[in-house]
Amino acid sequence: MKATQITGRLWVLRDAEGNLYNDIDTDMIFHNRYLHITALAQMGQYTLDNLKGWEDFALRAQAGDLIMAGRNFGSGSSRQQAVDCFRALGIAAIIAESFGAIYKRNAINSGLPLIAFPELSKYGVRFQTGDTVTVNFVTGDVLRNSAEPFQAQPFSKVQLAIYEAGDLFEYGKTAES
Amino acid sequence: MGKTMIQKLFAAHTEQGTSGAPAAPVEPGDIIWLDLDVRTARDFGGANVVQNYREHYGDTPVADPARTFFTFDLVVPPSSIPYANNQQICREWARAQGIKVYDVNAGIGSHVAIEEGLVRPGDTFVGTDSHLNILGAIGAFGQGMGDQDIAFAFKTGRTWFEVPPTMKVVLHGTPREPWTARDLTLAVLQRLGSDGALGRAVEFYGPAIEALDLAGRITLASQVTEMGGIIGFPISQTAHPPLNPALLPDPDAGYAETLNLDVSGLEPLIACPPNPANVHPVREVAGKRIDSVFLGSCTNGRFEDFAAVAEIVKGKRIAAHVMATVVPATRRVYAQMLASGVLEILFEAGFIVSNPGCGGCASGHLGMTGKGEVQISTSNRNFPGKQGAGQTYLASPVTAAWSALAGEITLPEVKA
Repeated sequence: MKATQITGRLWVLRDAEGNLYNDIDTDMIFHNRYLHITALAQMGQYTLDNLKGWEDFALRAQAGDLIMAGRNFGSGSSRQQAVDCFRALGIAAIIAESFGAIYKRNAINSGLPLIAFPELSKYGVRFQTGDTVTVNFVTGDVLRNSAEPFQAQPFSKVQLAIYEAGDLFEYGKTAES
Repeated sequence: MGKTMIQKLFAAHTEQGTSGAPAAPVEPGDIIWLDLDVRTARDFGGANVVQNYREHYGDTPVADPARTFFTFDLVVPPSSIPYANNQQICREWARAQGIKVYDVNAGIGSHVAIEEGLVRPGDTFVGTDSHLNILGAIGAFGQGMGDQDIAFAFKTGRTWFEVPPTMKVVLHGTPREPWTARDLTLAVLQRLGSDGALGRAVEFYGPAIEALDLAGRITLASQVTEMGGIIGFPISQTAHPPLNPALLPDPDAGYAETLNLDVSGLEPLIACPPNPANVHPVREVAGKRIDSVFLGSCTNGRFEDFAAVAEIVKGKRIAAHVMATVVPATRRVYAQMLASGVLEILFEAGFIVSNPGCGGCASGHLGMTGKGEVQISTSNRNFPGKQGAGQTYLASPVTAAWSALAGEITLPEVKA
C-alpha cells in the first residue's frame, strides 16, 4: 500500500509581485526545446527553467519536496514531460488552486499526487517557501507546520485507485480482471 | 432531464453503447471507460508512446492497427537529429505493427484526420496533440493526452474519462460584415478568460455560429483549449458534414452554466502577450511596429484563411522590414492554394510559403521569434517563450494581412 499522507518541504511558486503564479503552462514547466527527450533521468534538470524567477528550481529542489501554485497549473500542451520532470526530481506532490485538464490526467496516470485546493487564493498568503506541509490524499487535509489545517479536495476515486496501483498501466491490469 | 452532446456521445461509446444495446446514461462527474474509435500519436510524444508501449506491452500487437495512426506535423521535415531519430523510431515501430504513418509531408494531424475521413461526426479520437479538440468542429470528441495515456489507448482501444459538465455559450446578434471566425473566437476568449471553461465541455449556439464554415468552426473549436475547456461543439444546423443527429443535445439538457454574449458589435480583436486570453480591440494597439508575421497553425491554417489574405495583398508588397511566413495546414490546403493562384499572390507579395505543418508552435517547423521581435500571428498561443523569445500578438488572418502591408499592427480597412 502506498502512503496516502505525506509530509515535505514546500516551494510556493510566486511571481515578481509576490502573488501565487496562475496559468503556469507546460512550456514554462518543461520548455518545448527539450521535447525530444524520452528518458526520465534527463528531464529533471529542465524543470521550470522557462518560469520567470524560478529558472534554477531544479538545482534547489530536493526529493520529497512539495510545490504550491495558483490557478490553472499545467495549462497548455499534452506533453507528459511536464509531469515527468517533477517525478524525475522526486517531487512528492503539487498543490494548486486548479489544474489544466490534460495535465491533471497525465499526473494521475503516472501516479504523481495533485491536490486541488479551490480556496487557496484565500489562504495562500500564509504559506511560505520552506514551510513543512502535510497532505492527506484521502481526506484532503493540508497542514501547515503541523498546525493550521486547511481543507483541500481529496483524491477522486479513480485518482486514488491509479495512485495505489502505481500508474495507469498497473491500474489497467486490475481494472481488466 | 435531457442530455448534452458530450453525454450522448460518451454514452454511445461505453461498452453498452457500442454493443448496440441502449446506452446507459452518463452524468457529469461519472468516471467511465470510453471506447476510442481512433488513437494517434504525432512526432512530439510519439517516441515516448513507443517507449512506454514497449516497456509495458513488449512486442504484442496494438488493439487495432487499422484505427491507429501516426501523424507527423511539428518538426517536418526534421531540423535536428534528435527529432529525426524520434520520427524514425515511430516509423520503424509502426511498420512492425502495421500502423499507417501520415509522414512529414502530410500536414497537421487533426486537419488530416478530418480531410481524409479518419474521423466522422460522433466519433472519439485521441492523440498527443492538445488541440485535438479541434474535432469538436465536426461534432466528434477529440482529446489530447500524454504519452502514457496514448500507449494505453493503443493497446486497449479505450481510456478512462471523467464525464465533464457542459456549459452553454449563446452568442446573440449578428456581427456587421465583414467579420472573421477568429475575432468571434477572441471575443469568447475575452469573456471566458484562460480558465472560464476549465474542465468543461462547451456548446456554442447562435446565428454567428450557424454562419461559420468548417474552417471557422475549426478556429473556434481549437481555442477552447485556451479557455481551459475539454472540448467545444459549435451546434450548427448548417454544418457540413452534418452533426450526428442522434447526438444533438436535448432542449432540456442540464448545463453547469449558461453564458450569453452579444456579438452584434464585434470588432477586430487581438490577444496581446502574455497569454491568449489577454484580448483587446485591435484599435488599442494599432500602430505598434511589427517585425514579422505568421499565417497558419491548426487554428487558422485553412485555404479560406489564406484566400482572405490573398484578397487583401493581391498586387501589393508587404512592408520592406517585415518577414512573413505562410504555413498551410495540410497538403490538400497547399494544393488548393496552388490551383487557385493564392500561393502565387502570396509569393509575389513577399511571403515565404512553406510546406504544410504546425509552423512555429513548440519550436517546431519554422518561424521562431528572437528577443525583442514583435510578431503578429494567427497561431493559437502566445505564452512567454512559446514561439520564441519575442512578443507574439494573436489575431485574424485579415488583421495580420493588413498589418503585414503596413509594417505595424493595423485595423483592417473596410470597403465602403
